[in-house]
Amino acid sequence: MPENKTPRSNNFDGWLDAYADRAHTLSVSEVRALFAVVSRPEVVSLAGGMPYVQALPKELLAQAYEGMMAKKGNLAIQYGGGQGDADLREQLRDIMAMEGIHASPDDVVVTTGSQHALDLVAGLFLDKGDVVLAEGPSYVGAIGIFRHYEAHIEHVYTDDNGISPEALQEAIDNMKAQGRRIKFLYLVPNFANPSGVTLAKDRRPKIIEICQREHILILEDNPYGLLYFDKPVPDALRSMDDNVIYLGSFSKILAPGFRVGYVLAPPALRDKIVLAQESALLCPSMFSQMMISEYLEVADWRKQVDTFRGVYRERKDAALSAVREYLPNVKTTTPDGGFYLWLTLPKGIDSKAMLPVAVKELVAYTPGTAFFGDGTGHDYLRVCYSFPTPENIKVGIKRLATVINHQTELLETFSK
Amino acid sequence: MISKGKAKNKLKIQILAGGISHERDISLKSGRRVADALLEVGAEVVIREPDDKLLSNIKKDKPDVIWPCLHGASGEDGALRDILSLTGVPFVGATASAARLAWDKSIAKIIVANNGIQTPASITLPKDTFRELDADGVLKAVTSVINFPLVVKPARSGSALGITVVNKADELSRAMIDAYVYCDVAIIEKFVKGTELAISVVDLGKGPLALPAVEIEPVSGRYGYQERYIAGETNYFVPARLTQAVANRAAEVAVNAHETLGLRHLSRIDVIVDSKGTVWFLEANVVPGLTETSLLPQAVLAEGSNLGEVYYSLAEAAYRQR
Repeated sequence: MPENKTPRSNNFDGWLDAYADRAHTLSVSEVRALFAVVSRPEVVSLAGGMPYVQALPKELLAQAYEGMMAKKGNLAIQYGGGQGDADLREQLRDIMAMEGIHASPDDVVVTTGSQHALDLVAGLFLDKGDVVLAEGPSYVGAIGIFRHYEAHIEHVYTDDNGISPEALQEAIDNMKAQGRRIKFLYLVPNFANPSGVTLAKDRRPKIIEICQREHILILEDNPYGLLYFDKPVPDALRSMDDNVIYLGSFSKILAPGFRVGYVLAPPALRDKIVLAQESALLCPSMFSQMMISEYLEVADWRKQVDTFRGVYRERKDAALSAVREYLPNVKTTTPDGGFYLWLTLPKGIDSKAMLPVAVKELVAYTPGTAFFGDGTGHDYLRVCYSFPTPENIKVGIKRLATVINHQTELLETFSK
Repeated sequence: MISKGKAKNKLKIQILAGGISHERDISLKSGRRVADALLEVGAEVVIREPDDKLLSNIKKDKPDVIWPCLHGASGEDGALRDILSLTGVPFVGATASAARLAWDKSIAKIIVANNGIQTPASITLPKDTFRELDADGVLKAVTSVINFPLVVKPARSGSALGITVVNKADELSRAMIDAYVYCDVAIIEKFVKGTELAISVVDLGKGPLALPAVEIEPVSGRYGYQERYIAGETNYFVPARLTQAVANRAAEVAVNAHETLGLRHLSRIDVIVDSKGTVWFLEANVVPGLTETSLLPQAVLAEGSNLGEVYYSLAEAAYRQR
């Protein structure tokens, strides 16, 4: 029998009373733990937004590496400037021009993925309680950052044509009536993550007009714009207003392992972003930047993007066809590019609660709750079709249908 | 992944961790922690996934002992243990048949209750019952006998997943659905307010012994998934803030439950002590968590023992039973 010694309290974190308030905004959930299962080959993962990097010939990268080391080897392994490599910034001008943006390389800052650009901008603007307007649903990685800066995320009604201008005005009026300070509107206008929808061409000037009138900054995040299936996306919002902050990325059109993104910002803000970046990490990886610069120089990267488009188009078709076959009563968006389908589940089904069963059935997805900062989204789930083969997508959605049908049956049982 | 210790004449231990369940991440952490502790005392350790190479890896590694650190059904429902028995390699923890009984909370409750251990009043209902009968009528009948507040839980699941405390009737249907997400059988149990304790039982070859009880005081008031695995979310008191008499009773209940269920080597018995000092059995865990915030390692350390030595002794106990 153990002798009852003096009890000692332990919470495994001796610094709990010392953390900044914002540290308490970081949390994990059982959903995150479930993603550990996704690495098992038996599981068809329709969860993480991973590009199909297998479609990128590795000899193109080998060629870029050889070229980079021959020309700039010592620079590539050295510290660099906080704004990013000048040659790469010149090349970015051409990429952005494909979406109607005419920018000076001097206004571009290269970052460690566009995720870091998002964090830098959020850090410059957000005080506790400030409002960020965002699509409903919105990108989970952005929600995490806004939460971390203790902002209030106000979702704006979004339909198959993207964010609604009328709903945006209504949300602004509502926030102003509450005396709240709106800092910016965050948008993924092309093949949005998670909804897959694209902001309609005719809505773009309306959104800009509203934000100009209300003096609200627009943060345009565009990692998927070049990955259209049939026709190019409408011109970027940034092409219509030089005050829009524009985020771009190589994660989807090349490979996320390089962790290279960029931000185009008005000069005053650009300076602050550079200072913030230097303060946080001195400079983005020169090695990654120079690899990409050389790749853009020597490889037919436009053809490679076209290859990616073909891969994702085939997978989108497989996913849509499987949803129509196995889940005829489930509403889905029909993307014209990008990685995602957004499914609306039968009323009462909780996609977060259902995930463990799905994993048991060897299929994973991302619950809708991940894409809302206000605790809603249970009725939705995101299917990412970019990584599994078309055959596996079909298998995964068939398994998903089994799980949804099981849940529907449960709900019917308890609602009789 | 293979890591080798240095000491000669020490056991070679194959740790199984991972698996396909919602507790995979916890299992991987538990496995890594057990491996680290065993390496500290010089054991040779191999960590393996329980995948399609399970049997060939056992043949290749030729372990003296296998330690299944698999939480959730794959590690606790007895199936894997039956397979391990076929290999002839001794393994740490309950036999397949004992694991099966303990894994199903409804069956474990019946067995311990038959041996005089108190467990909260409950009813166990398969999902099909509700499909065949009038669901609303069944729930009303249940709540006319077992009063609110209630706890609804899957009969077979871990890490508090699918568990809901229900305070009023209109919350019950949703709680049932949430429990059936994890298992086709759910338990509706009377909620007992009191001090929540986890009592680890270890048997190093001289009979089962209760380690100091760990008292659980979640900051949020509910010991859910996050509270279990995130540092800072729960305050633990070791030993529990109990009188010696109550602590002794709780330890007796734990050892009694461990023996009644036919468990071996190690287990964790979860109980609640109410305001009158009555100890209520809730469940037995045949594969207790062994992560850095888990309850069994806390109890071992509170007793003044060395984790590596205790784990190695458990492996030796399993090896002697080959």
